Amino acid sequence: MGIGVSVRRVDAEAKVTGAAKYVEDLIPRDALYVKVVHSTVSNGLVTRVDTTEAETMPGVVTVLTCFQVPDHQFTTAGHPKALDPSHGDIQDRLILARRVRYYGDDVAAVVADTPLHAAQAAEKVRVEYEAYPSVLTPEAAIGAEPPLHEEYPTNELSRMDFTVDQEGQVHFTTFPFETGDTVAGMEGTTFHMPPVHACHLENTACFAYMEGRQMVVVTGTQAPHTLRRNLADAIGMPVGDVRVIKPYLGGGFGNKQDMVYEPLAAFLSRKLGGRCVAVVPTREETFVNTHTRHAMDITTATEVDEAGKITNKALRINSNGGSYAGHGHAITAYAITVGFATYLASGKQVGQSSVAYTNLPTAAALRGYGIPQLVYAVECQMEDIARANGWDPIAFRQKNVQKLGFYDPFGRFTVCSNGLEECLDVGRRVSDWDRKRREYEQFNRTSPALKKGIGMALFAYKTGVYPTSMETSACRIIMNEDGSAQVQVGATELGQGADTVWTQIASEILTIPEDRIRVQPFQDTDVTPYDNGAYGSRQTYVCGGAVKQTAELLRDKLLAKAGELYGRDAGDLALREEQVVLRESGERLGSIAEVCTYFNFVNDQHTHTQHLTAESTYTALSTCFVYGVSFVDLEVDVPIGKVKVNKVWAVHDSGKIINPQLAAAQVHGGVAMGIGYALGEQMLFDEKTGAPLNNNFLDYKIPTSMDVPEIEALFVETEEPTGPFGNKGLAEPPILAQAPAVRNAILHATGVATYEIPMTPQRLVHAFLKAGLIPQEGGEDCV
Amino acid sequence: MYDVKETFQATSAEDVLELLEAHPGAVLVAGGTDVMIRLKKRKLKDAVLIGLQRVPELQGVSLEPDGALCIGAGCTFAELERHELLLEHVPMLASACHQVGSPQIREMATIGGNLCNGAVSADSAPALYALDAELEVLSQTGVRRIPVCGFHTGPGRTVLGPGDLLLRIRIPRASYEDHGGCYLKFGQRNAMEISTLGCAVNVALTEDRTRIRRAAVAYGVAAPVPVRCYETEARLAGMETGGEALRVLRATVLSQLSPRDSWRASRELREQLIRELGCRALRQAIQQAGGEMA
Repeated sequence: MGIGVSVRRVDAEAKVTGAAKYVEDLIPRDALYVKVVHSTVSNGLVTRVDTTEAETMPGVVTVLTCFQVPDHQFTTAGHPKALDPSHGDIQDRLILARRVRYYGDDVAAVVADTPLHAAQAAEKVRVEYEAYPSVLTPEAAIGAEPPLHEEYPTNELSRMDFTVDQEGQVHFTTFPFETGDTVAGMEGTTFHMPPVHACHLENTACFAYMEGRQMVVVTGTQAPHTLRRNLADAIGMPVGDVRVIKPYLGGGFGNKQDMVYEPLAAFLSRKLGGRCVAVVPTREETFVNTHTRHAMDITTATEVDEAGKITNKALRINSNGGSYAGHGHAITAYAITVGFATYLASGKQVGQSSVAYTNLPTAAALRGYGIPQLVYAVECQMEDIARANGWDPIAFRQKNVQKLGFYDPFGRFTVCSNGLEECLDVGRRVSDWDRKRREYEQFNRTSPALKKGIGMALFAYKTGVYPTSMETSACRIIMNEDGSAQVQVGATELGQGADTVWTQIASEILTIPEDRIRVQPFQDTDVTPYDNGAYGSRQTYVCGGAVKQTAELLRDKLLAKAGELYGRDAGDLALREEQVVLRESGERLGSIAEVCTYFNFVNDQHTHTQHLTAESTYTALSTCFVYGVSFVDLEVDVPIGKVKVNKVWAVHDSGKIINPQLAAAQVHGGVAMGIGYALGEQMLFDEKTGAPLNNNFLDYKIPTSMDVPEIEALFVETEEPTGPFGNKGLAEPPILAQAPAVRNAILHATGVATYEIPMTPQRLVHAFLKAGLIPQEGGEDCV
Repeated sequence: MYDVKETFQATSAEDVLELLEAHPGAVLVAGGTDVMIRLKKRKLKDAVLIGLQRVPELQGVSLEPDGALCIGAGCTFAELERHELLLEHVPMLASACHQVGSPQIREMATIGGNLCNGAVSADSAPALYALDAELEVLSQTGVRRIPVCGFHTGPGRTVLGPGDLLLRIRIPRASYEDHGGCYLKFGQRNAMEISTLGCAVNVALTEDRTRIRRAAVAYGVAAPVPVRCYETEARLAGMETGGEALRVLRATVLSQLSPRDSWRASRELREQLIRELGCRALRQAIQQAGGEMA
């Protein structure tokens, strides 16, 4: 018991047996259902909505159109509130849109007694548009008329440019929007990353009803308190009158950090006298009407000297923000800054970043927050440089990576744990890198159709969002009279194992075994202590600190009360295996249960009863870098462009590991997601109309269990002094290095470099035909 | 919640015909793996559904006295992928059945539904085309037997009329005895895929196993309907097993096909797959038939 042990997940049984309740399991029987009417143009203005026929359809209660919603723009971003208004999130949303900004934008909503009746009536809503041409890329959007949002006349949502001088000081400046392979006067390479979706198993359903003056919203959110604040603003109610309940969550990956249809459900409920109104999007809608990972074009230029040290470096990110601001510049800003903190340059360093409004679905947070795109571009380029110079790719990276003691000018902190080079050493060893590099090259010389390769990539990533935002988390622990405990936190479990970790931390301090510590699996803003929510790989780092701090307070209270009960000085007492003992001799005086029962029920006409609880708020005034590498062994079936990944070794420095089995599981999930990003996933849109083409699980290719290779997760356990137990983040990082490692392995196998993901059979066949790897028509024998 | 007006559970083939007559426009449901998707996408509305799960005439696999292998149209792919008679006589078809969707889909989906749905991507179609299968179709006028080659008339369309019920699929002995076959499917993933391209090759060799006696080459998703490449087959007949046969297939198949260029796959990719999968299937079919491939 305690930390460092593979304690079984607290929710395993409930999830496997189906006992765990998700949003859709909880919709009351008398709820009304909403079907949203989506726009069939990507860019335009709704001129007329005719609901006459829809309103006569069976079961219809009401039809709401974009002409009937408050003219109050709000934000959906799951960020903590910025007290400085100039740092607030961009407010550019309405409950329904008259100005349509992507194909599928929400223009009307039908409320009916059943989902089928709502769907049938929605088909009868007639919408007329004044349509404008679709602008789907930053190049097309910047400067296009009319602008998507009148507050942003050029369609450039935001930009952030800087230089870093040789002392490591950052100087902010503003460059114009640019494209092409030249960046800051240096010849670079441009990499293209498409929009992709989180593909959490549970769609983004929610329902709302009123109890008296209170609005109750049940929704699958990663950040209940933040959602409450944004929702209160969106529907014009006081925060205290809004109650958000988050039941079990079927995955989120950042997509459930933000608000989606909660304002619509709440607005309709209020309009209908507080009746329960449910919005249950389909998978097809969830793809388009929530958020995507930003499509990015990244141009990177890296100059090196003869010794293999980076001299000058420039990086430009043109980011496709989609139709609404989502997280504004935060994601692109994070990517551009980490781009100057992973590898260090001795000379000129220039960063340029831009986010454009376009007619694609909104881009926002998705596991890795801009870094999967950055790492793909940078690690491909590092590989190409090593290859062009005949250098060992690992040795070349080791010469240039960030080291212990590095001062990050953006996060304004000094690195005090760094296991990156050890990760590289471990990866080289366990993957048998040196032998495979040689043997595969030998093999490939005489094997034209089947090629083998091994490739690698690395990343650096931060934990939490300090100092950009504050990092706060609160915890409450309540003792039961039998000596068992209840832990309440606002931090959310979304599959990553957070709730299990809270029991381990509480157990570590209180000595109560995990199976006698219950974590409340639902967050309810009426009773749950405050938390910023699940994002930034922050929870064990920040909320872990809150649980530890609160458990320590509770331990001290228990010991004080035990001292009273047993007539001892509290300072002489300690807890050991749920018993109260004398610290020095270990002599047992009683049990935690005895102390709790006594003070719960004591009735000796003078002692005051006490229900033993503790609550505290923890502020993390720190951040730290986590690191990792991916080594990928694969085969390429050249004539059909199919890649078979044989094995992935993922080596991570996430500080001390709290639960090895959960940590490995997190790595497995992230690697699988990274394999999808590398080889299959992309959201496709009709170039002319902007209509989504593949918003379903048949045409959007996430890997199946048959596509995921053997994965070995290894940990280099450094000690991070700012983490509550020496721990650092691990939630997002496992995805980061996969796509470039796969690409670099394909390059090793075939000699063909690609600059775009996903590396689908089609892209590879085209590249292999061009490179002459596939004989042209009438050529030689086949396999 | 689905937009279903009425449902019926048929208990015999006769019953199906009566229900079809009484409810024009009613939709037959075998495994439901296509019908349910159409309902969910609201491409099928206000539906009248006739369930076929309890129709005994559609069940079972048997060997007829004339040696034909008969497969009930209501057999699921899960049943067929491991059926002893298929594994013994037409392993290519068992393998095609195994490559459909996922285990869950194969437990529900039927071979008859796969054909009657009319999809050019049906995994069973190329194999059945290459086996010159015949279809037994029941209607008010009785049972008629039609060749599978020509069954598909366009995307989602077949020769079946409104009152027709596909009963059984017959594979004549001459199509499988002393034959070797191979069905290859290309999908971007290794499961849960609709074929981007499917190719089935069925060959018989001369007694000394050095020459091709006859070859049947069939493709799915290489034209608007599944296609047999008779011209290539004629060229292959009589050829020695070996690289030259592969070169002939590679050089001749494309002229008999018309692959699409779409966002799902470029024509360039499809053409490469047609050549490559054709060669691989021919090679493996020859090896299955006991021939040598250098």
